[in-house]
Amino acid sequence: MSLLQDAAVGEPDPIRAPRVSGSVLRTVGGKVLRAFITLAFVVVFNFFLFRLLPGDPIGLYTRGRNQDAEQLAELRRALDKPILEQFLTYVRNPFDPGIDSTRFSRPVWEMIGERVWPTLLLLGTAIVLASIIGIWIGIRAGWKPGSRFDKTSTGTTLTLYSMPEFWLGMMLLIVFSVGAFGIPGLFPVGGIVTPGVDTSTPLGWLNVLWHMVLPCTTLTLIYLADYSLVMRASLIDERKQEYLALARAKGLRDVMVRQKHAVPNALLPTITLIFLSLGFVVTGAITVETVFSWPGLGLLTYEALRGPDIPLLQATFLLFSIAVIVANLLAELLYAIIDPRVRS
Amino acid sequence: MSLLEFRDVTVDYASAEGPIPAVRGVTLLVERGEVLGIAGESGCGKSTLAATVLRLLPENAAIGGEMLLDDVDVLTMKWGKLRSVRWAEAAIVFQGALHALNPVQSIGDQIAEPIRLHKTAKDVDARVAQLLMQVGLPASRAKSYPHQLSGGQRQRVMIAMALACSPDLIVADEPTTALDVMVLAQVLDLLTGLVRDLGMGMVLISHDLGVLGTTCDRIAVMYAGQVVETGAALEIFDHPKHPYTKALAGAFPRVGDPAARYAPVGLPGDPPYPGDIPAGCAFHPRCPIAVDECTSASVALVDGVRCIRVGA
Amino acid sequence: MSRVATQRRKAAFGRFWTTYRHDRAGMAGLIILVFFVLVAILAPILIPDDALDVTKADGERFDGPSLAYPLGTDDSGRSLILLLAYGTRISLTVGIAATLVAMIIGTAVGIMAGHFRGPGSHVLVGATDWFLVIPFLPLAIVLATVLGPSTLNLIIVIGITSWAGTARLIRAQTLSIEERPYIERSKALGAGNWHQMTRHVLPNVLPLVLANTTLTVAIVILSETTLSFLGLGDPLAPSWGALLDRAFSSGAVSRGAWWFVLPPGICVVLVVLAFTLVGRALERILDPRGATA
Repeated sequence: MSLLQDAAVGEPDPIRAPRVSGSVLRTVGGKVLRAFITLAFVVVFNFFLFRLLPGDPIGLYTRGRNQDAEQLAELRRALDKPILEQFLTYVRNPFDPGIDSTRFSRPVWEMIGERVWPTLLLLGTAIVLASIIGIWIGIRAGWKPGSRFDKTSTGTTLTLYSMPEFWLGMMLLIVFSVGAFGIPGLFPVGGIVTPGVDTSTPLGWLNVLWHMVLPCTTLTLIYLADYSLVMRASLIDERKQEYLALARAKGLRDVMVRQKHAVPNALLPTITLIFLSLGFVVTGAITVETVFSWPGLGLLTYEALRGPDIPLLQATFLLFSIAVIVANLLAELLYAIIDPRVRS
Repeated sequence: MSLLEFRDVTVDYASAEGPIPAVRGVTLLVERGEVLGIAGESGCGKSTLAATVLRLLPENAAIGGEMLLDDVDVLTMKWGKLRSVRWAEAAIVFQGALHALNPVQSIGDQIAEPIRLHKTAKDVDARVAQLLMQVGLPASRAKSYPHQLSGGQRQRVMIAMALACSPDLIVADEPTTALDVMVLAQVLDLLTGLVRDLGMGMVLISHDLGVLGTTCDRIAVMYAGQVVETGAALEIFDHPKHPYTKALAGAFPRVGDPAARYAPVGLPGDPPYPGDIPAGCAFHPRCPIAVDECTSASVALVDGVRCIRVGA
Repeated sequence: MSRVATQRRKAAFGRFWTTYRHDRAGMAGLIILVFFVLVAILAPILIPDDALDVTKADGERFDGPSLAYPLGTDDSGRSLILLLAYGTRISLTVGIAATLVAMIIGTAVGIMAGHFRGPGSHVLVGATDWFLVIPFLPLAIVLATVLGPSTLNLIIVIGITSWAGTARLIRAQTLSIEERPYIERSKALGAGNWHQMTRHVLPNVLPLVLANTTLTVAIVILSETTLSFLGLGDPLAPSWGALLDRAFSSGAVSRGAWWFVLPPGICVVLVVLAFTLVGRALERILDPRGATA
């Protein structure tokens, strides 16, 4: 059966030689460099924005708070140094620039360190749940657009997407925590744990979990709306591709065509977009933590806002920006790894 | 018993303005070891006809008539039986465009897929390697991705894929469009050689009469959803009888010439939109020898020609 | 504009409207919008200013819905339904104003970034990318804190944080429009940059801008609600977000006063959903091939 091997003669081999690792490093390096530049601008912006106002900067730092003489003196000393020196101090360690949180009178990084884990716990759980559920809904809706499932789910997700997340949280609180419309209030009204409960025991974890149900549900619902709409759109685009007709012609069942061919292709842009929507996730976290008094970075931002506690505000803004910049970078790198078209 | 038989096959697409006829009663035979060519411009219904072989038409298509594969009507088969018939008894060679293959799967996996599905070989990897060699590609290419291959190589992958389950019939839908001349010749040689060696039947669809003339045993020319002429390939090419075939052949199509795709040289107008087919003979608005009779009565296929102006 | 051009545009609009009328989701959105716009316009005419005055409120505090107060009362005893109606004005006004700011900046930056080459364009693209990456709420909070709480500042802050998405879209469109031959011909005829950008690029970009604007309003209203909830807007203006802030701060939640919390949120959802539906319908009609994706 090999009498036509000579047909292969005469055609140049067009496979491109695998890229030398040098150029892979160059691409990655380029992206990392761009991320750093973005970050640098954030730092500069963060510092100079608050110094741009006319008048004595101390006014902004002490607005609404009574500080004792010693604190005031320290503040004045820090703020009287030449601007460039202040900037360099800031750049050296943005989370400990020598000015304490004016509301809590503690170093800023200390406050942040305390509040990171609750936020990671809450957001992490919500993102994972929302991804699983949202992608599932998006796949089913996108595979058969116009079907009853699609119409119902798209209507629901669009409505969720139009909802202020803190409002959803408040309504859930009223119905399930305080009790309304005949439903008993079973969940706590806020906080991460009932006071006095030891969080290092399994019972303590259950207590935390119990407190987490409502805020996590709120965030999950909001996030999954976004994710499912994205997945649906991606799959609808993918359905038009020719290779799906080929898969059907081979005798594959519709479900297998969807699972083995359409979905893997449609997932690529969806996963990237999920990473890129971390900014949206962060926005939700701030307001939802506030509503549920969840002691995380979001609530910290709200408390800083109320002051206003400038050092703390600067620090949380910086932290959120770093998180989003890193997520964007990861999204770009991830796409390069999982898409064979880019990989080679 | 013929390998493939179209018996008065009709295909109508449902639309807001009523059913649109894409195929209007086609009766054709294909025997084992034979290559049948179907010629015609875009929109004449040839690709739709090819899709009926494995019932690959969209849901809004209503199919009439019978389509017998080894004497069993495909059009009334149950889904389960149909899925087992697909690829194992008849396979399609699509155009090897970049997106006709799954971009994120290796071509080896894609060739192996129908083998695994229909369980036609125990050692799948060995079979894939054998198929690749049959089409003149090194077995090491199994790990490549579609975007790493040239157009000609992708077309060979399509052929290897079609042969994977040793089908009795191959339908090749425009396998040479978008290929350059050298590659095109190689691919055609490959296809026809395989058909002869393996005793399969093949339906070769193309707008290019030159390609069909050199590779097929018989040719059917389609216009506006109907067969307007059939006959031995060389007869059709050298002595076309129907005015439309004459225009197609007379255009002296150069292989790869894009002009041949749109209208035969010297023929005014365009093929009719399927929703708006002229009464009587569908070709009469563009026919150089049309008379009044051609505009009223519909014409039957007589002696392989559908034209009242052609003598016996 | 010549007569021929005017007639052609009228006919085009007629065709557009016929198509739009058949889009059920789009019509639903439009009807909701018309309703809220009417409420916003009629509110100061039909409702006495006293309804907003805390000192003149004579309802029971945190009272549930009743005949006199169809949606109950707030923490000062004011009628909620009247507050909601007034809130419509603020939310819609801020929403539209901030969107205008964002669209003007975004369109200008987008067209310039797409039209010009060289370092200026690089700066514009870099700025667009920066604003796209930085998370909205932290940035808005920081800006609003520095500027101070007022409605005008709110408009500015939202405008500044929302223009980048439009700019990126418009830039992509500009690049593709400028590849068309007639732009080259206009340049050969001596058209300057300003002429090309305003007379050729802008009209072609406008349909996309329209669809994008509508969707932007939806996002802007959500942003305004969020910022008002956090206390960054005018404390005296009863926008829906501010109402929710009052509800939260005054303990409506722990009292189970759902009539204080549910209605403002529903209004927000309805208006945002309406703009979204209209925007998606516009996209379907004006851009069926998905260039805006």
